[in-house]
Amino acid sequence: MANKETMTLNMGPQHPSTHGVLRLIVELDGEVIQKITPDIGYLHRGVEKLAEHRTYHQIIPLTDRLDYLAPMHNNLGYVLAVEKLLGIEAPERARTIRVIMAELTRLMSHLLWLACHALDIGAMTVFIYCFREREDIMSVYEKISGARMTTNFFRVGGLSQDVYDGFETDVRRIVAEFPGHFETYEGLLTRNTIWLQRTVGNGVISAQEAIDFGMTGPVLRGSGVDLDLRRDDPYSGYENYSFKVPVGTECDTFDRYKVRLVEMRESLNIIAQALDSLRPGPVLADAPQVCYPPKEAVYNTIEGLIHHFKIASEGFPVPAGEVYQGVENPKGELGYYIVSDGTAKPYRLRIRPPSFINLQAIEKMCKGAMIADLIAVIGSLDIVLGEIDR
Amino acid sequence: MGYEFLGLPLFYYLAMFAKVMVVFAFLIFTVAYSVYAERKIIGHIQIRLGPMITGWHGLLQPVADGLKLLFKEEIAQSQVSRFAFRLAPLVALVPAFAAFAVIPFGDTVEIGGYRIPLQIAAYYDPALGRVEDVNVGVLYVLAMSSLGVYGIVLAGWSSNSKYSLLGGLRSSAQMISYELAASFALVAVFMLSQSLSLHKIVADQAGLFGWYIWKQPLAFVLFCICAVAETNRTPFDLPEAESELVAGFSTEYSSMKYATFFMAEYANMVTVSAVAATFFLGGWHGPFPPVINFIAKVYFFLFCFIWIRATFPRYRYDQLMRLGWKVFLPLGLLNIVVTALAIVL
Repeated sequence: MANKETMTLNMGPQHPSTHGVLRLIVELDGEVIQKITPDIGYLHRGVEKLAEHRTYHQIIPLTDRLDYLAPMHNNLGYVLAVEKLLGIEAPERARTIRVIMAELTRLMSHLLWLACHALDIGAMTVFIYCFREREDIMSVYEKISGARMTTNFFRVGGLSQDVYDGFETDVRRIVAEFPGHFETYEGLLTRNTIWLQRTVGNGVISAQEAIDFGMTGPVLRGSGVDLDLRRDDPYSGYENYSFKVPVGTECDTFDRYKVRLVEMRESLNIIAQALDSLRPGPVLADAPQVCYPPKEAVYNTIEGLIHHFKIASEGFPVPAGEVYQGVENPKGELGYYIVSDGTAKPYRLRIRPPSFINLQAIEKMCKGAMIADLIAVIGSLDIVLGEIDR
Repeated sequence: MGYEFLGLPLFYYLAMFAKVMVVFAFLIFTVAYSVYAERKIIGHIQIRLGPMITGWHGLLQPVADGLKLLFKEEIAQSQVSRFAFRLAPLVALVPAFAAFAVIPFGDTVEIGGYRIPLQIAAYYDPALGRVEDVNVGVLYVLAMSSLGVYGIVLAGWSSNSKYSLLGGLRSSAQMISYELAASFALVAVFMLSQSLSLHKIVADQAGLFGWYIWKQPLAFVLFCICAVAETNRTPFDLPEAESELVAGFSTEYSSMKYATFFMAEYANMVTVSAVAATFFLGGWHGPFPPVINFIAKVYFFLFCFIWIRATFPRYRYDQLMRLGWKVFLPLGLLNIVVTALAIVL
């Protein structure tokens, strides 16, 4: 065999389509990929270690910054884990609002995924259209929590506050308008020959391989494995809603794209059902050991002020034990594993980030393909570096 | 008057000089404002406004951009091959402008008793009673448009950057493949006109139904697609595919050198638009004064370029090559055979 030289291309951490600060060391033969070595850690903030020195409430803002495109879902997984350890449950209304916000988060995350995926493949108009729709959800975020991305809205035992007046109208408008927008995207992409040529048969990973890598979320369902924690291990009242779980058959980028598009429609479906079942009531559990007292009590009574001060300064003790709570994040199974030693701070918090595990398969999916395919695969894996590096 | 040089009145040379200046000014203006138009049109397609701050509705944006790039520091890393690195932008830009020398943008006009053809490299011969222009005009256009690729290859190679190299390689492969298919599309046209002179080709297309687009619809479609590919525009913008190769061949360029590449891309767009208008849409023929007709057609093509960019995703390298060699080339050949048969019968 002739002496074949390969070229090592260093993609990232500053590259337009590595979705943040992913660095890939790619070995190329011409434009054909021989080997990919992901180099991660450029966004490492030590979230898991930081958590060991914070009270349980102080960890919630850290979780916002994991998958910063789906902050509410990160909050949800964490508060559910702590609630499980404490043995308390959020009231009905809080659970329903959590589901609505979680599904809006899924929509927001998927919209951003579609925007970037389309832009990576060169369709730049879809990018802006998705951002327009994402803006609608962001404005709901802003009104409900005061922040557009790092929301810090959920609390152990419920929500930080009830929703604003007109929340229902805003969300119903989103539910009514979005299907039309999805049609536009499909018109620009699904029925576009170039889009099909770029995505069909690209980045194939079989069901067995996907399971072996421990992949979860739309990437796994795109490979035909029917697993969705919202249905298979329901939390926060997901068992009360009926929705379809789409699965792919061809295990390629196009199937992952289709799966996510169907998921966006199903999210609207869940939101509509949740809005119908939304009843007035408290949004914080009746657990004074854990939950902050209402603001009127803090400002007007000495007992309320002391109560607030105690929880804010010392936190609340959590019974010793271990707990794992997985939630179906837009990107896959986001898991929180908490070890408590009975104090007000966790002994250890371990996060199972879906993007980190999904990213492992990138070499498998891209070997023998071209650089352009690699870009399409990164897009269809839908990774977020905040979560990978933690 | 009365002075002659090489057997032609001196006035002809003056007229030619004036034409060069006017066409050059027009080209620079169009190139600058097609960037503006692109930003505006894509902006509106994408429910944005585009440039709005510099001047009324951003009309001074091209001037501001030009000035900004002019005053930027020239950065060249130490490992570049300096001569080629500096030469490349010019090699890319000059042929795009040079191709305009043979494009007729109007019939003749009479000034001071002389008939002046509105085409740079042409003169009116009173003895023969017709316009004499470059008799291999088509070949000249094809030659000029293939020269531009050297600029990009040189840029990619001399930059000493892997992204630039890949961009340069992609573009050379792409432009060579599509150059062939585009040439075949044009071959069918000059088989009909029996001439390689662009003036004659346009003169033959009098009347709306005389346009070659009706006689050669397949060649027209082929040429248009190949034109998009040759100018490295979406969906064939692989040499500078931002999401893959950062900025492709121009990654290492800054300041005016970068601006020169930018201008070359848009100048190429104008040139291929002009060629398409000349070959298929009857050049200066139409309802308005000749020059206006021609410019309107060029601008129509430019608009289509921009529209396509806003709508389509990008091809992959191997798909692009397959399309060029396995679809367009055979179609072009088939078109020539069919045209030849039609002429013979």
